[in-house]
Amino acid sequence: MTTIAIDLPRNYATEENTIVSWLFTKDHKRIALLFFASITFFFFIGGFAATMIRLHLATPGGLLQPSVYNRMFTVHGVMMVWFFLIPSIPNTFGNFFLPMMIGAHDLAFPRVNLLSWYVFNLSGLVLLYALVMGGIDTGWTFYPPYSTQYASGYVFAAALAVFINGFSSIMTSLNFVVTTHRLRAPGMTWLRLPLFVWAMYSVSIVMLTATPVLAMDMFLLCVERFIGVGMFDPSRGGDPILWQHMFWFYSHPAVYIMILPAMGVVSELISCYARRPIFGYLGMVMALMAIAIISFFVWAHHMFVAGISIYSAVVFSLLSFFVAVPSAIKVFNWTVSLHKGSIVFDAPMLYALGFVLLFTIGGLTGLIVATLAVDVHVHDTYFVIAHFHYIMVGGTVSAFFGGLHYWWPKMTGRFYPESWARFAATLTFVGFNLTFFPQFILGYLGMPRRYYTYVPAWESWNLLSSAGASILAVAYALPLFYLGWSLLYGRRAGPNPWGATGLEWTTPSPPPTHNWELTPTVKLGPYSYNPEDGSYITQDGVKHAYV
Amino acid sequence: MDQYHWVPFWPRTAALNAVVVNNLYIAELGLCGLIIAMVVGMMMTFCVRYRQGSTVSRADRVKKTWHWEITWTTATLVAFLVLFCWGASIYIWLFKTPPGDIEIYVVAKQWMWKFQHPGGQREIDTLHVPVDKTIRLVMASQDVIHSFFVPAFRVKRDVVSGTYETIWFKATKTGTYQIECSQFCGVQHATMKGYVVVMTPADYAAWLTSHGIRESLALQGEALFRQYGCSGCHGANSTVHAPTLVGLYGSIVHLQNGGAVRADERYIHDKILMPNEQIPAGYPSNVMPSFAGQISEDNILKLVAYIQSIGSQEFSR
Ligand code: HEC
Ligand SMILES: [Cu+2]
Ligand SMILES: [Cu+2]
Repeated sequence: MTTIAIDLPRNYATEENTIVSWLFTKDHKRIALLFFASITFFFFIGGFAATMIRLHLATPGGLLQPSVYNRMFTVHGVMMVWFFLIPSIPNTFGNFFLPMMIGAHDLAFPRVNLLSWYVFNLSGLVLLYALVMGGIDTGWTFYPPYSTQYASGYVFAAALAVFINGFSSIMTSLNFVVTTHRLRAPGMTWLRLPLFVWAMYSVSIVMLTATPVLAMDMFLLCVERFIGVGMFDPSRGGDPILWQHMFWFYSHPAVYIMILPAMGVVSELISCYARRPIFGYLGMVMALMAIAIISFFVWAHHMFVAGISIYSAVVFSLLSFFVAVPSAIKVFNWTVSLHKGSIVFDAPMLYALGFVLLFTIGGLTGLIVATLAVDVHVHDTYFVIAHFHYIMVGGTVSAFFGGLHYWWPKMTGRFYPESWARFAATLTFVGFNLTFFPQFILGYLGMPRRYYTYVPAWESWNLLSSAGASILAVAYALPLFYLGWSLLYGRRAGPNPWGATGLEWTTPSPPPTHNWELTPTVKLGPYSYNPEDGSYITQDGVKHAYV
Repeated sequence: MDQYHWVPFWPRTAALNAVVVNNLYIAELGLCGLIIAMVVGMMMTFCVRYRQGSTVSRADRVKKTWHWEITWTTATLVAFLVLFCWGASIYIWLFKTPPGDIEIYVVAKQWMWKFQHPGGQREIDTLHVPVDKTIRLVMASQDVIHSFFVPAFRVKRDVVSGTYETIWFKATKTGTYQIECSQFCGVQHATMKGYVVVMTPADYAAWLTSHGIRESLALQGEALFRQYGCSGCHGANSTVHAPTLVGLYGSIVHLQNGGAVRADERYIHDKILMPNEQIPAGYPSNVMPSFAGQISEDNILKLVAYIQSIGSQEFSR
């Protein structure tokens, strides 16, 4: 094969390529990459903690001191939730592709976008300070009165970090909402938006409304640690349950903040690699919005055994079942989107199919924990751990890697090595199930979470889980190497290597600084793939033959 | 102790509630299995049949999608509602605590479980109970939130600082079952364990006597009632305008603010620590002092037991 020796046209990454120009850039694509660097860094810290947790739990005897183990699971939770999962897809792919998909030249507020990155890193620094100084052992849920009166360590700094982090979420989501409303290209009506854009839009609304509650929560925690007014202290008329209500009022929607973007990515991938229109576009849009709204009304299902009123528990259980309905629609539509397609099994598709399976298992076990009587048994056990890792890791992280591979040629102008990527995708699926499936069994057996040691009877499952985790660790580290390699040696990619229909594929790879010379005009909805002859029509109305 | 011969898949089932929860759980696993099989089956079939390069026709794809979606949504909704009702009815049955045959007081603290039997017997981290009797636990925490969890009984309840939580179980098999603390409560959370020893009634009676009939909880409470000066106001010949506590337990108290509460353990507990939160109608506020920080949770439990004992006297009269 002859190498195509085209010199890359000037693009967003090469134009004025100095450190200062990157640090003060207002280009959404560069800021996306800055975020990408930050969250990758935090992902590996959180991942390191996870590795230590699984190493420690491989045997009941353990490896770490109890106090160190408790710090590890806290770091793991805080890092992964606020510093990886929540910003993962929105702040990287959302930042990069939301404007491109709607035909905009940038986000509505480029400076705010940059500020969001600085605020994010500031919060990261505060958290790192807390860790370096000795860490915290409250768990990511910071339940008082333990966190307010009993925990040693840097709870104040950690809560402050989460508080600051919230501002970054708010800024980015505000930016997305305004951009989607104001900057759509001519012809880009609401019902022509790609599902990824809908996902970004719905998640932004959730972030924008829920994050302030978290901020109040963390602020009160700081006040408690600092002067102790007794908000959550029953001996002074306060109420520890109040914290749980406020915390979950944010943190339950936060679960959907983590999964909605993943749903958006997977819809893009499945349609593109099955080479057919997504099944039930409108249903998918409505499901996204329904999830976003209902997610606000289920928070107390985290408190079924905390002594809340029986009748409110019944209501929250019912609403939790309702939120599963739109999720079920999505699973059904993704699966049926394969029907009469012309399916290509490239790495992003493997991740997407993995996502659908793991998300289905995560969602169905979600029903089990939403069932009141069963939750009484499995609440705060490894069953719950397994359930939400199926959603957060099996779901969101798989979608993140899927999206990363899919958009890699667009972002870098280079192909990733396909066989390595397929290998990594398969390994992820295998390693993931080995790690987390045993935890369902452990959970029903009754192993509570956050235990640094356990009875010998539970050893085999824990050992299996730890073995799986080592495979998973390799699967997650692999892309770092081959994607790094491809930056230098990867085959050059054209504007639309996968034959996809979104507007982001109608500009060169990598895109020029302002995405398009002329604002594109949109002629039709997304996903005009024809599996019969492989042809497809990009959203600007140009019909392309099968490649 | 939980002994298994081989890799365990399933916890032991040793209480009334456990059987009921098992059935529901098995039904749910069945439904989940069915749905997963369906999704995987469809996915596999489509992936093989419609892989790129296969020659099957792709013409006449389903275009109208909504009736598929409606069917699927209704089907899932119905299945979900059945599960919801099933789970909720068990939960209500479980958490509407019935009066127990035996009432045991539990104090949780970092990192131990203290149990006090009505006869005054106390134990730490081990709880002896008779089989086939409804055991009601009244639980308080001395510090942070803990959670009382017996996997073999499928019962769990957070022990939240500042209030009483109650739970009941009826063990159906003799044996020794693990107690776990399932809410993170500090460094030694993982070792905050204990055992429930379920015995035959005869063994239980023997155990009670061998552990000495100490002064009963209520009697100890009566002494405290005098020691802390409660009797000065609440006693029969007191001059303070304070309600008599005889017959209080279990009755409905009408409050000054117009509401009404049942005078249960939690009410009495809160009355001792935060007397001005709920004032019974017709009595002055700010007279009864708060005893927060002065009486330990153990002693409050004894006071409650005492007030309870003079309450039931009234009822039996
Ligand atoms: C200085 C007098 C005083 C002392 C000492 C006192 N109380 Fe009271 N108590 C009152 C008064 C007055 C009320 C009614 C007004 C109120 O609820 O504050 C009351 C109400 C109560 C009630 C609610 C009764 C009802 O009908 O609802 C309980 C229970 C109670 N006290 C228990 C105690 C206990 C236990 C102690 C000792 C630890 C104690 N009190 C000590 C004056 C006192
Ligand atoms: Cu505990
Ligand atoms: Cu604990």
